Amino acid sequence: MHKPIATTRSATGIPTGRLAVWWVLASEIVIFGGLLASYVMHRIGHPEWAVAASHTNTWIGATNTFVLLTSSFTAVLAHQAAEHGDGKTAAKYLLMTIGGAATFITIKSFEWAHEIREGFTITANGFWSFYYTAAGLHALHVIAGAVVMAFIARDAMKGRELHRVELVGIYWHFVDVIWIFLFPLLYIAK
Amino acid sequence: MLHGLITEASSFAGSIDWLIFLVLVLVGFWFILAEGVFFWLIFRFRSRPGHTGQYLTGKEKHIKRWINIPHALVLVCDVVIVIAAIHVWYIVKMDLPPADYTIRVTGQQWAWVFQQPGEDGQLDTPDDIFTTDSLHVEVNKTYQFLLESRDVIHDFSVPVFRLKQDAVPGRTITGWFRPTKTGTFDVQCAKLCGIGHGVMEGSLVVEDQAHHTAWVAKNTPAAAQ
Amino acid sequence: MAHASATEAHAHEHATQEHHGPQGILKYLWSTDHKVIAMQYLFTGMFMAMVGGFMAYVFRMQLAFPGKSVPLFGYVSPGEYNALITGHGSIMIFWVAMPVLIAAFGNYLIPLMIGADDMVFPRINRLSYQIFLLSVLVILSSLFVKGGGFGGAWTSYPPLSANADYNLTPLGSSMWLVAVALEFVAFLLGGINFITTLMNARAPGMKAYDIPMVPWMIVIASILFMLSVGPLFAGAIMLFFDQNLGTGFFDPTRGGDPVLWQHLFWFFGHPEVYVVLLPAVGIVIDIVATFARKKLFGYKTLLYTAVATGVLSFFVWAHHQFIAGIDPRMANIFTVTTLLISVPIAEMCFVIIATLYGGDIRLKVPMLWALAFVGEFLIGGVTGIFLGASGADAYLHETYFVLAHFHYTFFPIAIIGTFAGFTYWFPKMFGRMMNETLGKIHFWGTIIPFNFIFIPLFVLGLDGQQRRIYNFQNFPELQHLQPVRILATISLVVMLFFQLFFFWNVIRSWRKGPKAEKNPWKSNTLEWTTESPPPHGNWPVDEMPKVYRGPYEYNHPDREEDYWPQNLPA
Ligand code: HEA
Ligand code: HEA
Ligand code: CUA
Ligand SMILES: [Cu+2]
Repeated sequence: MHKPIATTRSATGIPTGRLAVWWVLASEIVIFGGLLASYVMHRIGHPEWAVAASHTNTWIGATNTFVLLTSSFTAVLAHQAAEHGDGKTAAKYLLMTIGGAATFITIKSFEWAHEIREGFTITANGFWSFYYTAAGLHALHVIAGAVVMAFIARDAMKGRELHRVELVGIYWHFVDVIWIFLFPLLYIAK
Repeated sequence: MLHGLITEASSFAGSIDWLIFLVLVLVGFWFILAEGVFFWLIFRFRSRPGHTGQYLTGKEKHIKRWINIPHALVLVCDVVIVIAAIHVWYIVKMDLPPADYTIRVTGQQWAWVFQQPGEDGQLDTPDDIFTTDSLHVEVNKTYQFLLESRDVIHDFSVPVFRLKQDAVPGRTITGWFRPTKTGTFDVQCAKLCGIGHGVMEGSLVVEDQAHHTAWVAKNTPAAAQ
Repeated sequence: MAHASATEAHAHEHATQEHHGPQGILKYLWSTDHKVIAMQYLFTGMFMAMVGGFMAYVFRMQLAFPGKSVPLFGYVSPGEYNALITGHGSIMIFWVAMPVLIAAFGNYLIPLMIGADDMVFPRINRLSYQIFLLSVLVILSSLFVKGGGFGGAWTSYPPLSANADYNLTPLGSSMWLVAVALEFVAFLLGGINFITTLMNARAPGMKAYDIPMVPWMIVIASILFMLSVGPLFAGAIMLFFDQNLGTGFFDPTRGGDPVLWQHLFWFFGHPEVYVVLLPAVGIVIDIVATFARKKLFGYKTLLYTAVATGVLSFFVWAHHQFIAGIDPRMANIFTVTTLLISVPIAEMCFVIIATLYGGDIRLKVPMLWALAFVGEFLIGGVTGIFLGASGADAYLHETYFVLAHFHYTFFPIAIIGTFAGFTYWFPKMFGRMMNETLGKIHFWGTIIPFNFIFIPLFVLGLDGQQRRIYNFQNFPELQHLQPVRILATISLVVMLFFQLFFFWNVIRSWRKGPKAEKNPWKSNTLEWTTESPPPHGNWPVDEMPKVYRGPYEYNHPDREEDYWPQNLPA
């Protein structure tokens, strides 16, 4: 397939790919915004949810926050390497970021398995419904990001499409920021 | 204005009709003006031999006026409508005049259940009268209603009263009306509530004091006496 | 990025190479050409318009002749009636207005009008249509599953929509939700493409204020869509969980709140009506300027009003919920914002009307449609004011007055605006001219019955007739209105009959209409500078257009001819 001229133009001076990622994030922000706003409204209306919230494990949450922040850091390093045209190093850092994502999901699945055994399922009460929905949607974003990163790392290894390393990095920071909102709302507020 | 189409049978029906009339006059004026100018321009500037178009950018001050002045005037009309609308809204939905009677209206798939005080005049006492799909009220008395729903959202609508209010499960919504005409009228459910929505109708009987007292006496459950 | 010209030369090399890919019908389905994708959207939308129109025919027959068997359908049960109106409303908005006005016209016109050879993400574009097609299949099959199609209105209010015990359509309601969510994804992908294409892929020399109104309006609409649909998308996930996992987000007995859905829905729902309005306005403006041979009256004013409408539209949503049990004091705020929105829209209408002043107006078929849009939309607009006035809405809510209001906005937008655009760009799309006489018969045969369908509905609404009721014989106060209902239904049948002229015209012109030249309407914008229909890549690679002026220079004093294409050097 040929490359349309349109894809090579840049009337704004901003690379098209980066523009597109920002617009994707804009549409994602309103999705999470709507979900979290609904949660906050309900939480204020239901003081008794604090009891349910007290069963979440703040330590696991904090560990996962740390894991995600670290993976964002390696994403930055990957971007830097890509800027210097060093695809191999970029791929290496991307793989480390994917490792962070995998750790995050693993911790999360142990956490959830434990909670579900305790009887805190998604139908247990309103708090748990929001808890699983919001964190689940976020986890899906983590998984999707990791999959995309794997493809980009494969290309980067061969020194191809290096600009995409930056794009997936922007996305990854966004996934991180969402968690920064989820963590206090779901774990700390008790 | 609507009384030609449908009876005005509550104290606030007249206010609502007046508001609709006011809006009709204001937007009607603009509507006729805009359509008039529109058709006149199409006719006046139609293409015909010897006629050529002009080059106007719309930036010229004396031309821009033709947009800016209407712009300001529409805003003025908006202000008038807002004031009138909020005034009527206040009467109908925000103000709650002291009640002569309080009743409870409950929607369920697909019937209206009305609970009203028996001879003691108090709601939630053993002599309350329960009726399904038919409500008897007394003319010229202020009623407060407590609106509830057992399952999905319904809407308690009495067109002759110009009254409409959603019944939301999990909430009790308070409202009021004051009948001013006797007769038998329709009660409708105005929110889609499932396959029986179309048959969720009731009847409202507004009667004078003598008839109503007699009806209450007749229907107050005997066991409660 | 200064490397534009260098890389364009690079892309040229690619463009001249042979394409390798699937052949035949597969080639069509897997094409990434924006024009092919536009056609896919156009014909899918046209097909869905027929489905939605057929549904309107069935339930209008039921309303006029309750309990009688409807020709071509049969008896209409209450459950089927609800499924029909739900399907009709959802399809007309999500599968007709959106795909035709935004996706079809957007895909076809944005690259052509800004002088590009394609979208900036051709493969995402293809994916967008494929997801859309999937959503079409889901919504259509949902009508035939066990239990029947979803019957909880296009607004899908819970608890009715959340619980199969209430709606009795366990499969239908979930499939409806999934279809709508898929449609949202398709339009999010498409929207990102439109926005970035307009931002980055413009022809050399095309500055922001040289862009024609159609791309502007479609892109503003896409942004509006993108920023408003998010919360509803989250709401759809919650509703889906309520339906299928047994959560209680919207169930009051378990700590949820049904009114939350209404907020999420209308926070999207109201901007959505402007999402479809703006593209139609863009189409109408371009047509009016071309056939009035007039420069636009206030190009920037129009842009500002569009943006102002978009911004304001985020603050009016609760006017759909005045009596839904929200705090009555909140209604006052929303009355103010709702009425304020009349100012930019009034200005928009006035600007279009003022453009006619000093023109040289030619009443060709596309122009007739465009003018009809203005004339009819005004009725829809001003009746919105009755509803925005909270005190009046306390009575008019959920009556046929609301119904007539929004058909007087939606019909001009989705049907009249579409016909305007379709007849205007038909020569470009198919390389043939349409027949003017058949076009005029179709025009009058649509416009006149249209008014006879919906003017009566205003009367019914003022009379207190409620929406979504399958048979009014149960209401003594409404029985004497039967002749009015019959009038509306008969007008619909007449209108549907006249659509045959449209299809006849399309098929006839497509096969043996006179060949269209490059620029049959003598218009200024770039799509008219290439062949009709445009070749793959839109222009030969070494003739990509450059832009020297704005799109509406008609009857310029410095020029002999009454138009001045954007790409002609001074
Ligand atoms: C594209 C479609 C579209 C458009 C453009 C509009 C435009 C408007 N709508 Fe409409 N509306 C719908 C589609 C649309 N609507 C739908 C689908 C519903 C029902 C949904 C459902 O329940 O199923 C609905 C319902 C609806 C309601 C809720 C009714 C109810 O359920 O109780 C309200 C209430 O405020 C409302 C108001 C308005 C207003 C104020 C405008 C304004 O934008 C109009 C502004 C335009 C003008 C005012 C005309 C031009 C101005 C002049 C000529 C100047 C003179 C004017 C003044 C002096 C004010 N609409
Ligand atoms: C874009 C939106 C749109 C359009 C165009 C229409 C068109 C029509 N609508 Fe619809 N309607 C809605 C949106 C729309 N409607 C919505 C949102 C609801 C609310 C649903 C709910 O309550 O949940 C509704 C509900 C509704 C009801 C209320 C049902 C009830 O509450 O009980 C009625 C009743 O008469 C009705 C009638 C009609 C009629 C007669 C038409 C006719 O105009 C239809 C005629 C059809 C055509 C003329 C098709 C012609 C087009 C082509 C042939 C193809 C052209 C295509 C291309 C060129 C690409 N509609
Ligand atoms: Cu109850 Cu509709
Ligand atoms: Cu609205």
